[in-house]
Amino acid sequence: MITLTVNDTVHELDLDPRTSLLDALRDHLALTGTKKGCDHGQCGACTVLVNGRRINSCLTLAIMHEGDAVTTIEGLGTPEALHPMQASFLDHDGFQCGYCTPGQIVSALGMLDEFRAGWPSHVSESLDGGTELSDEEISERMSGNICRCSAYPNIVHAIRAARDERADKGESEERT
Amino acid sequence: MTTDANTYAMDEAVGETRLDRGTQGVLGKPLNRYEGALKVSGRAPYAYEHLAGEDVAYGFMVTAGIGRAKIRSVDTSKAEAAPGVLTVISGDDVLRASALPMAPAAQTIDGEVFHYGQPLALVVAETFEAARHAATLVETLYEPGQGRYSLRDQLDEAVNPGPGAMQPDNLRGEFEAVFAEAEVQFDETYTTPSHSAAAMEPHASVAKWDGDNLTVWSSCQLLETNVIQIANGVGVPVENVRLLSPYVGGGFGSKLGIGPDAVLAALGAKAAGKPVKVALSRQHVFQTTSRRSETIQRVRIGTTKEGRITALAHENFVVNSTGNSFFEPVAISTVFLYAGENRKITHRLAETDVLMTASVRAPGEAVGMLSLESAMDELAIRLDLDPIEFRKLNEPEVAPQDDLPFSSRKLLQCYEEGASRFGWQNRPEKPASRREGEWWIGSGMAAASRSHQLMKSSAEVELAPDGRATVRTAMTDIGTGSYTILQQITAEMLGLPPGHVTVLLGDTALPPSSGSGGSWGANSAGSSVYLACEDLVRELAKRLDVDPSDLTLKDGQAIAGNRQIPLGEILGGETLTGRGTIEPGKTAETTNQASYGAHFCEVAVNAVTGETRVRRLLTVAAAGRILNEKTATSQCYGGQIWGIGSALEEELVIDPRTGLLVNHDLAEYHVPVNADVPQLEVVFLEERDTAASLLAGKGLGELALAGVGAAITNAIYNACGVRVRDYPATLDKVLAGLPDA
Ligand code: FES
Ligand code: FES
Repeated sequence: MITLTVNDTVHELDLDPRTSLLDALRDHLALTGTKKGCDHGQCGACTVLVNGRRINSCLTLAIMHEGDAVTTIEGLGTPEALHPMQASFLDHDGFQCGYCTPGQIVSALGMLDEFRAGWPSHVSESLDGGTELSDEEISERMSGNICRCSAYPNIVHAIRAARDERADKGESEERT
Repeated sequence: MTTDANTYAMDEAVGETRLDRGTQGVLGKPLNRYEGALKVSGRAPYAYEHLAGEDVAYGFMVTAGIGRAKIRSVDTSKAEAAPGVLTVISGDDVLRASALPMAPAAQTIDGEVFHYGQPLALVVAETFEAARHAATLVETLYEPGQGRYSLRDQLDEAVNPGPGAMQPDNLRGEFEAVFAEAEVQFDETYTTPSHSAAAMEPHASVAKWDGDNLTVWSSCQLLETNVIQIANGVGVPVENVRLLSPYVGGGFGSKLGIGPDAVLAALGAKAAGKPVKVALSRQHVFQTTSRRSETIQRVRIGTTKEGRITALAHENFVVNSTGNSFFEPVAISTVFLYAGENRKITHRLAETDVLMTASVRAPGEAVGMLSLESAMDELAIRLDLDPIEFRKLNEPEVAPQDDLPFSSRKLLQCYEEGASRFGWQNRPEKPASRREGEWWIGSGMAAASRSHQLMKSSAEVELAPDGRATVRTAMTDIGTGSYTILQQITAEMLGLPPGHVTVLLGDTALPPSSGSGGSWGANSAGSSVYLACEDLVRELAKRLDVDPSDLTLKDGQAIAGNRQIPLGEILGGETLTGRGTIEPGKTAETTNQASYGAHFCEVAVNAVTGETRVRRLLTVAAAGRILNEKTATSQCYGGQIWGIGSALEEELVIDPRTGLLVNHDLAEYHVPVNADVPQLEVVFLEERDTAASLLAGKGLGELALAGVGAAITNAIYNACGVRVRDYPATLDKVLAGLPDA
């Protein structure tokens, strides 16, 4: 038996130790919003937040996350009450088929936190933070999330708009 | 209430319609996606996700580790004895790969291995983990055969494949004689590699039996033929099978035919006595579904000194596996894009023992225009003409192969609009003449064209007493926006706020539809919904005793003369159902129908590494009526980015010794990622093509891909003087020819 905390709900699960966090969510908790695109850490469709940080849930075993706080796309908002990032993806058409989309949205939230924490990227001018979140920075930092429909331009627009809206409202730097 | 089938064949151009009046004002508008809130919140269930939380079993496929062989034995005993395993499905009836699109059944393995990675068996177990492990315990003995893996080695055996998406041969005049005498002769050969569609949702199926009746949720594009393929694969009457694909995580041609998962899931569920879920692994998707053919293309163009084309040849070699006559229609656009009285277009199909080839987004244009549009650029340079001027000189007045009139063609306007928006006149005149730091900068352009097709499709629209409408059709939405545009057409036709329209798709219990493929979906399914709405309008008009043309519908009200009546009042508690079926008709034979566009691209080529970065990419498109500006723009972004992939990145590598598709995953098969893509620009020209569909629209989804790759390689040449004719233009190929300094 392991205890998994997903979207603030505690679940007791009897899992095969080989079960990935991704399969635990999809096959055992019926949380199918997190997608499987490759099962090998190559596409980002399975991105979830673990204790606030984005990870590929296909690359980690469920049993390694006893006591962790896992946030999935379902934990962000509902169709009737979307999280601002979800709403921004909808308004900016940051998707087509929608299969990579939960991963993109969760990844975007994790990415913005990394940026705020001053993590540099491959395209950052400086390694010590202080860079602007340019389109180039967003694209670079979101390149672990493949979208074969190729909604990339609108993914960038959606993330920028959601982030600017939050900045305009002067909201706290809290994640959700 | 009308009950007749209300079938309409597209025999003549449709005149002005209710859609042109735009009373409700919603068609064409950039509405958010109908199903968007479900998708962004993770609540839209894709195939594998049905029956979540229920008592199901899981299947994992076993595949062949050899390229060509007879199967001596498949020993499943160890797998069957493994913990958690319920059953193992094997034998001759396992599918070799995906079904050929529209074919009644997929090919089966029949005791042989036809290609590396071919399905052999399915292990069904209580958990995914148990199934995946037990799949490694299946032991197969082979009698190895002699495989043929390289197109180049099979050219002598290549044959005329017979008619497919086009006639393999399109000949006119005396090409060879006229070319031999031409004042300017261009003769180059281009090669393009195999491509994988690599949709993000792996092919997946959930199968559930209820007595003799089978329900399958699968990731499919064409439900009408897919359900037949499943029934034949399983061996049950098609009436017993219901197929549902409400949400499809991308198709790009790879889900036109069922994948091997659908039949295996059904057989597994039967044997296991409970529903079975099978998702192909990413590696399986690459190796057991279908792929685009590699091509070898020779382009010869003869012109006058002034640049008029007198002779045009595009001769192609493509490949497929045994028993598959599908051929990549490489030169499908070459047939009608440029003038020239003497023409020779041929396709020859060779056979190899590699995964079958089939349609991948824009079959034909996606690779054929890489060569044709590069050739036009090369020849323009040789003639000392601007590439746009050269194309304008050779703009045909009628289709050059058969003299049919074009139903609509705004190619010249696309060039002009694009050139001015892009600043084409400011491009570097000579290659390797503009430098920024360590980058060579250059620009290129290319034409885009894509044949338009209309397919038979049916729909029902129900108008309920509360004035709300429900659309029903077995159409699919593979990310293209079908839900949204059908909602908009209905809202426009019936004068309803879009929120009062429900759209039900992706279920064979609904009226049969064209499905999604070949960019025909929006206009085919859309025309059927248009007809069903017209059916309702006629009935409403009858009840009000007015001519339908005198009836205005807006905001849920019927307006006729000086009367204004809420729809609910007219219905009087009754529910009305309108029906419509569209069929292609004579306009497809009396006019040449295609969408057109022009791409303009700026690249930077690294003078040290040979790396190419696309800096700007503009596409101007004319594809008739645009049904939703937002989803149409996204479709075009997708096409442009696939163009970047085909120009710079994508290559499915076939091991010539073993037939293995070497790079069979997303780490090694490089599709564009966010950082490969600059901000893109898409512009639609206002156009109505009343011969193309009742909506006056034409196919769009594939147009934006056609030609993009050549605009990029043309820009690479302009930047640094390196001409790459062996796609993709990876660093090694560019580096070899870079100028000093
Ligand atoms: S499914 Fe985890 S990265 Fe692709
Ligand atoms: S929306 Fe289809 S893969 Fe991204």
